[in-house]
Amino acid sequence: MDFEPIPGLAEARKKYDDFFREEMKKAPPGWEGGPEDLATHEGHAFQRYVARELGKRGWVCLAWPKKYGGLEKSHFEQLAFNEARAYWKAPGVDQFGAGMIGPTLLAVGSEEQKERFLPPIARGEIWWAQLWSEPNAGSDLAAAQTFAQREGDDYIVNGQKCWTSGAHHADWGFAVVRTSREQTRSRALSYLLIDLRSQGITINPLATMSSHRTQEAYFNEIFLDNVRVPVVNRVGEENDGWRMIRATMNFERSGLSAYGAMRRELLELIEFCRETKWQGEPLLNKPLVRDRLAQLAIDIEAGMASARHVLWGQYKLFLGEESPRDQATRSSSLKYYRSELSQRFAYTGCQIFGLYSQLKRESRWAPLYGKFEKEYQSCLGNNIASGTTEIQKNIIAWEGLGLPRI
Amino acid sequence: MNLDFTEEQKMLRTMARDFLSTECPKSLVRQLEESDLGYSPEIWKKMAGLGWQGIMLPEDYGGTGMTFFDLVLVIEEMGHNILPGPFFSTVICAATILEAGTEEQKREFLPKVSAGEMILTLALTEPSASWQPQHISVRAAASGENYVINGTKLFVPDAHVANYLLVVTRTKKSAKPEEGITIFLVDAGSPGIQCEPQLTMGLDNKSEVVFENVAVPRKNILGKLNQGWTIVQSTLMKAAAAKVAEMSGGCQASLEMTADYVKEREAYGHPIGGFQAIQHYLADMWGYTDRTKSIAWEVNWKVSAGMATALDVAIAKAWANEAYKWVTERAVQCHGAIGTTRDHDIGLYYRRAKVAELDYGDTDYQKEIVAGELGF
Ligand SMILES: Cc1cc2nc3c(=O)[nH]c(=O)nc-3n(C[C@H](O)[C@H](O)[C@H](O)COP(=O)(O)OP(=O)(O)OC[C@H]3O[C@@H](n4cnc5c(N)ncnc54)[C@H](O)[C@@H]3O)c2cc1C
Repeated sequence: MDFEPIPGLAEARKKYDDFFREEMKKAPPGWEGGPEDLATHEGHAFQRYVARELGKRGWVCLAWPKKYGGLEKSHFEQLAFNEARAYWKAPGVDQFGAGMIGPTLLAVGSEEQKERFLPPIARGEIWWAQLWSEPNAGSDLAAAQTFAQREGDDYIVNGQKCWTSGAHHADWGFAVVRTSREQTRSRALSYLLIDLRSQGITINPLATMSSHRTQEAYFNEIFLDNVRVPVVNRVGEENDGWRMIRATMNFERSGLSAYGAMRRELLELIEFCRETKWQGEPLLNKPLVRDRLAQLAIDIEAGMASARHVLWGQYKLFLGEESPRDQATRSSSLKYYRSELSQRFAYTGCQIFGLYSQLKRESRWAPLYGKFEKEYQSCLGNNIASGTTEIQKNIIAWEGLGLPRI
Repeated sequence: MNLDFTEEQKMLRTMARDFLSTECPKSLVRQLEESDLGYSPEIWKKMAGLGWQGIMLPEDYGGTGMTFFDLVLVIEEMGHNILPGPFFSTVICAATILEAGTEEQKREFLPKVSAGEMILTLALTEPSASWQPQHISVRAAASGENYVINGTKLFVPDAHVANYLLVVTRTKKSAKPEEGITIFLVDAGSPGIQCEPQLTMGLDNKSEVVFENVAVPRKNILGKLNQGWTIVQSTLMKAAAAKVAEMSGGCQASLEMTADYVKEREAYGHPIGGFQAIQHYLADMWGYTDRTKSIAWEVNWKVSAGMATALDVAIAKAWANEAYKWVTERAVQCHGAIGTTRDHDIGLYYRRAKVAELDYGDTDYQKEIVAGELGF
């Protein structure tokens, strides 16, 4: 083994750092880069701006083939970019487009689909949403009821999707739909790409727990009423959608850069505690505060060490030297470790802030723009989105450890 | 020993539950959270009709003549249902006036409280965000027949609708921080008071209150000059204990709501309550809730009987702080995405659990008391 950084990466990292340092000066005040920041009109406008700047440089999808808008850079350079972006809390890379549907199309899309959909993603022009969950199909995605009826060269889609993050700003969606009445559950699912401006689509933002009068929502419910979708927008074969879904799921989790972001946030919190003297002396002098901050530092580094192995595994997967199955256990484990760590982070911040932790950013007394007040609530979603903690644990037990299912 | 409720108490609990669920559905809770007033004057009047504001006040002062424990049973139901507004602040301050006020003050304030015509609140904490006497810096200085108050209070609950504030001030510098503290009954409409509600996680209207040369007559001193801290301590004990009961009601409601939900919600062809992972959460939630209820009743019975120690109250509050947060957090997790929305009721409890922890002493603060009382 060799943990020395790869030669040349430090220079690459510096280039990205320099870029983000400048661009982030233009961020709206109190910017944390979380889903709620991205969901506001102001936040989304900033997101699109940064995306276009990145797109001009070919940085949105660094590792993609040049013919689809990438620069064919190594996995590791991609990581350097991801880390820099996370560190600066920068928007501009669509987690659903560049992060999920793009890699899925690269793996299983038709040539026509790749040529049509990948370059606009790489240019940072088109934004995607994930239309999977429904009111009665969350963890159990195979229970999805939205139906796509074949009619000539089109499907006519009817149904309801929900919890669709960012759909109120998105251009396109990748949807899980039912295409057969003969087959049941996952055997009847197909994967469709849907233009969200199509006739028959209604998108209603859903307010999240922390919202009140002035705040905006970041996820949505979507009604599809006789929406016409060309058959050429189907990814993979009809009723073979489950295989595509699994492919996308593999791209949904990575997370190394999230620890880089947490490192930065921890430094900011430490700095705040060094400067703030609510009761006469700096918060950082209190043994309880020191203990809690030290624990966060430890937990972040432990996660980061493990996440490096996920990255390495993905690299080997890319080289064809490892199967996705070997990856699944660690990815699942780290997925909920990360979400629970971000929850502990928010809880710790609140504990340190005491009475101040309840103030929303609108209060002039709110420390760090009410960051922890908001995150105390938004952190819950991380334990649920992209496969709940309980589902991840089932995967580890059943697939990773081979424990019996009863 | 007898751990049963009396028939009268059973009726009170049932009546409170029915009244609150009818009068204050969750749609109204949300509406009140977004309103400037933050409470419903109609419900306030109806509660006065039931004798709730004066439930523990003697009949001489227009009260119902029941006990602090009976009051707390109503507060527990308010935690169960959720009732935004200044009830808690008002009754705790009324209990303080009953305990420490002169006969004249009692006659002036308590009948109005009983009649639902007076809202009171305790203005104690400051930007130092502390419950301790060494951090009281709002000053009151003698000037003829008056005292003149200057300084800033922060996180003052319900100040924007209160008629009178019980303002904790420093009237004398002293080597011992608990000496030299005086409580004033201050008319909230006095010139020089500026009140600005702050948005909080609980959307429960806590204010910054700035005092600029606010004149208060000497007769409005509550208790003795420079000896107010023991009254503050006694008030904090009552408030913390009663808060534990409110939190226990919230735990119970969150448990019930979640147990109902997991029986209904299906995944993979089963109610999710059939999965052992979920069952174990529910079992733990039951346990935390049961212990919170037990400790809430016991500590409040002791407060009511004048037997509670600082240690009793600190243990109960520290326990409830963590239990309520944990129960509501698991409750959201069991609900999945819908639990994270503004429209679902469980989030109302999750947010309140955090704010209730902060009210009258968070866990760090209570643990310090526990450690101190245990002699370490
Ligand atoms: C912030 C956020 C953003 C989201 N964004 C999107 C998006 O962009 N697009 C999209 O399609 N969806 C999105 N979702 C939806 C998300 O994928 C679902 O919420 C998730 O899959 C869980 O489904 P559910 O909410 O219906 O909960 P349910 O599946 O009903 O689960 C409820 C509870 O039961 C538990 N449970 C279920 N099955 C089992 C089992 N077998 N064993 C043990 N426990 C079990 C769950 O873990 C959970 O605790 C988002 C959700 C959140 C919170």
